[in-house]
Amino acid sequence: MNFEFSDEQNLLREQALGFLQEHCPMSAVRAVLDGDAAYDTDLWTKIAELGWTATAIPEQHGGLGLSYLELSVIAEELGRAVAPVPFSSSVYLATEAILMAGSDAQKERWLPKLATGDAIGTFALGEGPGQPSPQRLATTARKGKLTGEKIPVVDGDIADLAVVVAKADDGDGASLHLVDLAGVERTPVATLDPTRSHARIVFEDTPAEPLGTDGEGWSLTQRLLDRAAVLFAWEQAGGANAALEMAKDYAMERYAFGRPIASYQAIKHKLAHAYVKNTLARSNGYYGAWALDSDAAELPLAAATARVSATQAYYYASKENIQTHGGMGFTWEFDCQFHYRRAKLLSVNIGSEPSWQDKLIAAVERDAA
Amino acid sequence: MDFNDTAEEAAFRAEAKAWLEANVPTREELGGLDDIQAAKLWQKRKYDAGWACIRWPEEYGGRGASAIEQVIWNQEEGQFAVPGSVFGIGQGMAAPTLMAWASEEHKRKHLPPLASGEHIWCQLFSEPAGGSDLAALRTRAERDGDEWVINGQKIWTSGAHYSDYGIIVLRTDPNVPKHKGLSYFFLDMKSPGIEVRPIKQISGGANFNEVYFTDVRVPDDQRLGAVGQGWQVAITTLMNERAAIGGGGGGVGFKQVFDLARKVEIDGEPAIRDKNVRAKLATWYAQEAGLRFTGYRSMTALSRGATPGPENSIGKLVGASKTQDMASFAMDLLELSGAVSDPAYAEAHGAYQATFMGSPGGRIAGGSDEIMLNILSERVLGMPQDVRVDKGIPFNEVPTGR
Repeated sequence: MNFEFSDEQNLLREQALGFLQEHCPMSAVRAVLDGDAAYDTDLWTKIAELGWTATAIPEQHGGLGLSYLELSVIAEELGRAVAPVPFSSSVYLATEAILMAGSDAQKERWLPKLATGDAIGTFALGEGPGQPSPQRLATTARKGKLTGEKIPVVDGDIADLAVVVAKADDGDGASLHLVDLAGVERTPVATLDPTRSHARIVFEDTPAEPLGTDGEGWSLTQRLLDRAAVLFAWEQAGGANAALEMAKDYAMERYAFGRPIASYQAIKHKLAHAYVKNTLARSNGYYGAWALDSDAAELPLAAATARVSATQAYYYASKENIQTHGGMGFTWEFDCQFHYRRAKLLSVNIGSEPSWQDKLIAAVERDAA
Repeated sequence: MDFNDTAEEAAFRAEAKAWLEANVPTREELGGLDDIQAAKLWQKRKYDAGWACIRWPEEYGGRGASAIEQVIWNQEEGQFAVPGSVFGIGQGMAAPTLMAWASEEHKRKHLPPLASGEHIWCQLFSEPAGGSDLAALRTRAERDGDEWVINGQKIWTSGAHYSDYGIIVLRTDPNVPKHKGLSYFFLDMKSPGIEVRPIKQISGGANFNEVYFTDVRVPDDQRLGAVGQGWQVAITTLMNERAAIGGGGGGVGFKQVFDLARKVEIDGEPAIRDKNVRAKLATWYAQEAGLRFTGYRSMTALSRGATPGPENSIGKLVGASKTQDMASFAMDLLELSGAVSDPAYAEAHGAYQATFMGSPGGRIAGGSDEIMLNILSERVLGMPQDVRVDKGIPFNEVPTGR
């Protein structure tokens, strides 16, 4: 049994933690919340210099050729720091989509830039309220031109390229397209988490290259989301632990009726429940990371399990963190809001909790069939 | 990351498996034996071959195995339908306490029959006035020469009616604060003056008892730790209780309710198609998986010779509530038939109803949910203890309720 990160990976975790404590304190997150910048460009540059954006890209394409276990470690720390950077869009989604389905030429063109962080990628799936499906897709591709409207696209206003899901007449009803976003009309959209920007993108006969086989776009999307779900889950698990720490630290210092509120069972039990949820989420994250890294057949089940656990854990920890802080937690001045915003944002970014619960049971049903 | 054994672990697993395949009692061998006889037969067979209490030193009846080997053994033994153990309290709680606190003579005398299954032990800790607040116990022991004389009552004593020995915490000095006036002994359950009365549970069973003590005499020689040191000795036992009670599942799990949801219907379709059913099942699946993989993390630590972190202490807390909720939900899926427990008519021969009625016990035994949450918040998260109004006050001046 070797169900643990290696010493090297744990060292990477320590380095990532130290780096983010220095370069991504809560004041940096707040600067993006209160300012006009869409993301922390300095932090993004530094992260790219460290090679984090290149982690799982093979060396032949300018990457570091490390494993998804290293990427999981980085994801957890970025989540803990509530980092205001387009890492998940660019690394877990756009980069992964090109690695999964890109032609040699497409890989040649984009992966080195994604690896250095010079290009930011994103994934454009949603077209308004409700669960996306091939039937509901209105974006179409004709003769290398894309037409349609995507909203919301995470980091869509700052991205250089997008992997776009469009309707297809054949196969599974969808196809993926690679679009250079230079010159494409994009409007920033306000969301509940201003530390991660979102956009509405309108395509009008926009030049696009097919990514992967036409009519296989929906199954590719599912595979992509399964892979990304593991990494999102690690971000969520990291955030959940940070929210718990924040609540605990406050409870230890805050006195009421002559003693720290951390000595009241109403607070202790709440935070112990958060610890339990966080522990389950992390353990399921291990399973997800193993399945992702080894390309195991269990990946859909492992990913959904990690995702459901982590979504539940982060939501609980983030809302009870505010509750533990009392009125101060509800103020703009306090940092509790960052976790509350990010928890919900991450939970809907690649599909809601009910959607992933449904996928989890679907995976169990496939195994039982 | 991988799920593979090291070469030594794989060799140990193969050896254990081969022995189990050749030696697990057949149905014929167990025919006509009651649960205790069957448990004793299996335990003796393991003992004779060196597979009982394998972590214990050889001189006390074990084989000096490592922690990871114990886990592997448990996994392999778990693959077989072996007789249920009645030795858990003796081997899991009394024995570690004896190893830490008893004289060498007592260890050599009492540990081997515990390992072989010859002796069954029980734990006499809880009292009507002291459950979660164990140190509030009142049963007195008064010194009389080389003996102590015990008067009072214990409760929730599992297996007292068939036990040979018991470990017991007693109040030897009521004039000092509660934790300081306790002493710890072990005693012969056949001693004159002990009366065992079974307690009928809401589940209908009677697994535990009230035990009354009237002028029961125990030699001072059977005291573990110094007079007044009983609380410290009891901590040794309780540290092992959570490990012994463990998982907290049993009865109803994800697979069973998932299969049920595929069989019964909601709105004319299999219940498993219902989104609400899927959501609930998914959450329980994720909890079960989370506990399993938390166990794997602990196992990895053991495999590397390290001590597992505190993660594993969440098992009973999560498992017990999940079991209760799943049993309740399964009965909802059964609609009107959810009420039927008659094995002749009930789904799964009444397992859901039995689990529903038994599961409240799981949330209380071996540390209630609330105590487990206190332990997690205090020992893992480092939060302060609640204010204790009885702190520093002589026990006989502490306010009491009914």
